[in-house]
Amino acid sequence: MNQTISTLDAFLAHAHELEREAVERYEDLAGQMEVHNKPELAELFRKMAAIEQQHVDKVEGLAGGEPRTLAPWDYQWQDPESPESIPVGQGHYRMNPYQALSLVLACEERAEAFFANVAENADDPAVRESALQFAAEEREHAELLKVWLARYPEPKAEWWQDLDDPVSQE
Amino acid sequence: MNKAEPLVSRYSHEDYKSTVKPIWCPGCGHFGVETSLFRALAYLELPPEQVAIISGIGCSSRIPAYTQCYGFHGVHGRAPAVATGLKLARPELTVIVTSGDGDAFSIGGNHFIHACRRNVDMTLLVMDNEVYGMTKGQPSPTSPADWDSKIAPGGTGFSPFASLAVALASGANFIARGFSGDPNGVARLLVEAIQHPGFSFVQVLSPCVTYRPEERFWKKTVHPSSVESTNDPAVAGHRLLSDDGFTTGVFYVGNRPCYSATVDTSNHDLRAIEEDLAL
Amino acid sequence: MNVPCSQTQATSIAIMGSGGAGAITTGSLLLEAAGQAGWYGLLTRSVGPQIRGGEALAMVRLAPTPVTGHGDRYDVLVALDWHNAGRFIAEIPLNDKSLIFADAEGGDPPSAILATGAHLIPLPFTDLADELPNARPNLLALGMLSELLGIPMDDTVQAVVRALSGKGLSVTHATDALAAGGQLATTFPDTQRLAPPSPRDTGTHWLVTGNQAAALGALRGGIRFAAVYPITPATDLSEWLALRLQKLGGHLIQAEDEIASMNMVLGASFGGIPSMTITSGPGLALMTETLGLAVAAEIPSVVVNVMRGGPSTGIPTKSEQSDLNIALYGLHGDAPHLVLAAQSVTDCLVTTQWAVQLSETLQCPAIVLSDQFMGQALTVCERPAPLPDGPPRRIAEVGAARYDRYALTEDGISPMAIPGALGGQYTADGLEHNAHGTPSSSAADHLLQLDKRRLKLEQYDYGKAWAEIDGEGETAVLTWGSTTAAVLEAAAQARTAGLAVKVIALRLLSPTRPEHMTLALQGIQRVLVVEQSHSAQFHHFLRAHYTLPDRVEVISRPGPLPIRPGEVLNHLLQEIDHE
Ligand SMILES: Cc1ncc(C[n+]2csc(CCOP(=O)(O)OP(=O)(O)O)c2C)c(N)n1
Ligand code: SF4
Ligand SMILES: [Mg+2]
Repeated sequence: MNQTISTLDAFLAHAHELEREAVERYEDLAGQMEVHNKPELAELFRKMAAIEQQHVDKVEGLAGGEPRTLAPWDYQWQDPESPESIPVGQGHYRMNPYQALSLVLACEERAEAFFANVAENADDPAVRESALQFAAEEREHAELLKVWLARYPEPKAEWWQDLDDPVSQE
Repeated sequence: MNKAEPLVSRYSHEDYKSTVKPIWCPGCGHFGVETSLFRALAYLELPPEQVAIISGIGCSSRIPAYTQCYGFHGVHGRAPAVATGLKLARPELTVIVTSGDGDAFSIGGNHFIHACRRNVDMTLLVMDNEVYGMTKGQPSPTSPADWDSKIAPGGTGFSPFASLAVALASGANFIARGFSGDPNGVARLLVEAIQHPGFSFVQVLSPCVTYRPEERFWKKTVHPSSVESTNDPAVAGHRLLSDDGFTTGVFYVGNRPCYSATVDTSNHDLRAIEEDLAL
Repeated sequence: MNVPCSQTQATSIAIMGSGGAGAITTGSLLLEAAGQAGWYGLLTRSVGPQIRGGEALAMVRLAPTPVTGHGDRYDVLVALDWHNAGRFIAEIPLNDKSLIFADAEGGDPPSAILATGAHLIPLPFTDLADELPNARPNLLALGMLSELLGIPMDDTVQAVVRALSGKGLSVTHATDALAAGGQLATTFPDTQRLAPPSPRDTGTHWLVTGNQAAALGALRGGIRFAAVYPITPATDLSEWLALRLQKLGGHLIQAEDEIASMNMVLGASFGGIPSMTITSGPGLALMTETLGLAVAAEIPSVVVNVMRGGPSTGIPTKSEQSDLNIALYGLHGDAPHLVLAAQSVTDCLVTTQWAVQLSETLQCPAIVLSDQFMGQALTVCERPAPLPDGPPRRIAEVGAARYDRYALTEDGISPMAIPGALGGQYTADGLEHNAHGTPSSSAADHLLQLDKRRLKLEQYDYGKAWAEIDGEGETAVLTWGSTTAAVLEAAAQARTAGLAVKVIALRLLSPTRPEHMTLALQGIQRVLVVEQSHSAQFHHFLRAHYTLPDRVEVISRPGPLPIRPGEVLNHLLQEIDHE
């Protein structure tokens, strides 16, 4: 799908929501990792949330305040969810930093693609310029993440296995 | 969705989320449903203290404590009854029942039918993962007949419960299906369901990644409805009964009469009533 | 309490007949007329299994003082006919002083009736009715009874006109039929005349059933929402309540089952509205899981359970005290809750109102045990005085500060926030939780909350109402519920016979009051436990929770036959003779 976001207002609204939802999802994941006793991953996701929060603030700076919000279903994302959010189904409690960072990297890449697509299809030069800037920034993040990722070993095959059974509750 | 522009909500996600962290398995579809619920409430600008989230028992039923709304985490299967009592007593509140396929259709099947029939203004949100998550993977009324499990080796041999068709036949006034992997789509269904008068039923396909890992692929299986919703039960019925169970969207938007009540506690004058008993 | 010390002046009348004969109507008109004229009285009924038109028996007891139970013997039996009368023989004890007035057209009396030695007087009710326009044999019987008992005919006419005016009966016809019936009685001796009533003001007395009284108690207590599922013998309570709630601005809803009823009650009460449900044994069994939730989540709620013969469908139309165990112990887990028992028709009002108050104050479910005998008994009684208001439900003042729904307080009661109040949001939870309400499976939180829920019930000052205590002596009779009437009457007779007897009738069954009981049992050498349960549930309850003297005797019989004063008296006196 080609993004046709024609005004700067609408663009900032999308950028804002994208970053805001990224914060929300990283916070959620951090919480999940805390509940599952993965402090290292919790910290990683919190850090990501903090970084994305800076982006939220930045968009607000550009927009001179909180941009108007659309109905959740009126944003023009390419997927069911906004590009910079790790999709709901992809968390796992046996996840290791390598996988977590891979998911984060995928987010950055999707975000970059989203902004690039907007830039490509924008008629308004202000939108194009802004979108290109955002895309560049996401690419930069992606590169940093690749370096970060290289520090961790790839997970073993069957990393998700757990010798203990799940627990029956209630 | 009648809402005045500009769309600046006074409320956001944080206003509805509590500090209690879900005990769900990371990856569980219920996380997506929780997100949808918050987005719908924020969109509707409902003050959290005016919303009551009522549930039964199950992974899905854990939602109330994860919200900043008034919550009620009761016993297994009975949430529609609790919600009915609350809504009749306090009609001004927005009442939402959050439930699972076992909770709503098995132990709570009778309450499900009668809640549809009474058509009291509330929304029932069932997170359907076709399994009992909380008790370790037993078949639920919506599991396929041949789904193999410890308790029913080789499958139960029972045909799955057609919850939307049952809701339609029982008198529900709004019937829709969504998928937890599409939180914004579900938010939209919830907004419509909450706004529509009477009993609204929203089934959300919500994968259980622990006991039904294959449900992760539902994201490939679900497909949006290609037709408009109808207010004709016969049309909706035909569509539901011939559906593959993976069509998302609104199936029925009715105008069946709703049941409502008011409860006033201010009158303490029993004289007329007592007079009836006088010799 | 509204209980007689002596019923030597009471007269008991039984009226029986098969389908369409109108035995129950005759009995209730007789009671109403007598009530109008200044007497007190009680009417209970027994019926065949037919849905409609089965044989029926009305048992009426009239006296110048309040009546709460039946006596040992019937003075008068009116048989409108004898069809299937054998069913009722065990319920109508007669002796050679009893008079039987039987319709001459009604067939032959069963030999068991004749064997009692009662004096049989055939009367031409049917023949006379045939001669009068619009008359029925039962109206003639009523006229006869009115004359025989000395109830002014005017009062009887009034009662008939009021009851039957809607059914096309003219005042003249009614008066004529009653007069013709009265005429029949002029030839009998005066032995059955009621002892004269004492004068009283008009409007001070009620004609009410126990179920109505319980409903009224609920309304007085502030109940404004009810959810119910029909079950005998509780349904007439729900039906009576429905319209009254509507008039007061409240609401009653018929749910899909008892589980739903109880859950609706919790929903409404969670919303801040005092709420109740009404049921009988099988329904109570279905509610027990949700009652556990009400305990854990601390939600005020009242269940009136009108007991019938059990287990299972049992004997739905007849009384028994056999739901005591399920009311006390039927909840899973350690679940302290309130169990109260009414002792008479009027006490159904008092006890239910008190139950509502306690439940609201203590944020705890309350089960009120009534039974078919009281619930469906119609009585002429003094209008019960309203109870003073109890402390209302403690509502949390919420705002910006953190709100802990299940905060540990000195008296165990934590203020409750009501949906709609900003800052009070919490989740009512059946999962064990911490003070805030967050689910917790920690041993410490479990113990703290268990202690809290017990403390609030135990610290509360229930005052004297926990039991009705009557008389002094070294012998005590311990009882509860509707058998209290027979026990009080027996105790009064025992005193006349020279045996000092103390009666302790428990109204508050849970929480238990060991200190109060110890005080009440001071100096007691001998205890007689009286209850209507085959397995002696009350006796075992007393043994488990109270210290009784060495000498304990028990009368524990199942229903449906009522325990009569004579049975208790005989036991009390016989055992003395053994010494
Ligand atoms: C009366 C009662 N019976 C059984 C249970 C055990 N139990 C808890 S949750 C559950 C099934 C829940 O399944 P579902 O509603 O599908 O929720 P999910 O966990 O899949 O979200 C069962 C059987 C219970 N808590 N209470
Ligand atoms: S068991 Fe299944 S339903 Fe329950 S939390 Fe885990 S994934 Fe979700
Ligand atoms: Mg399930």
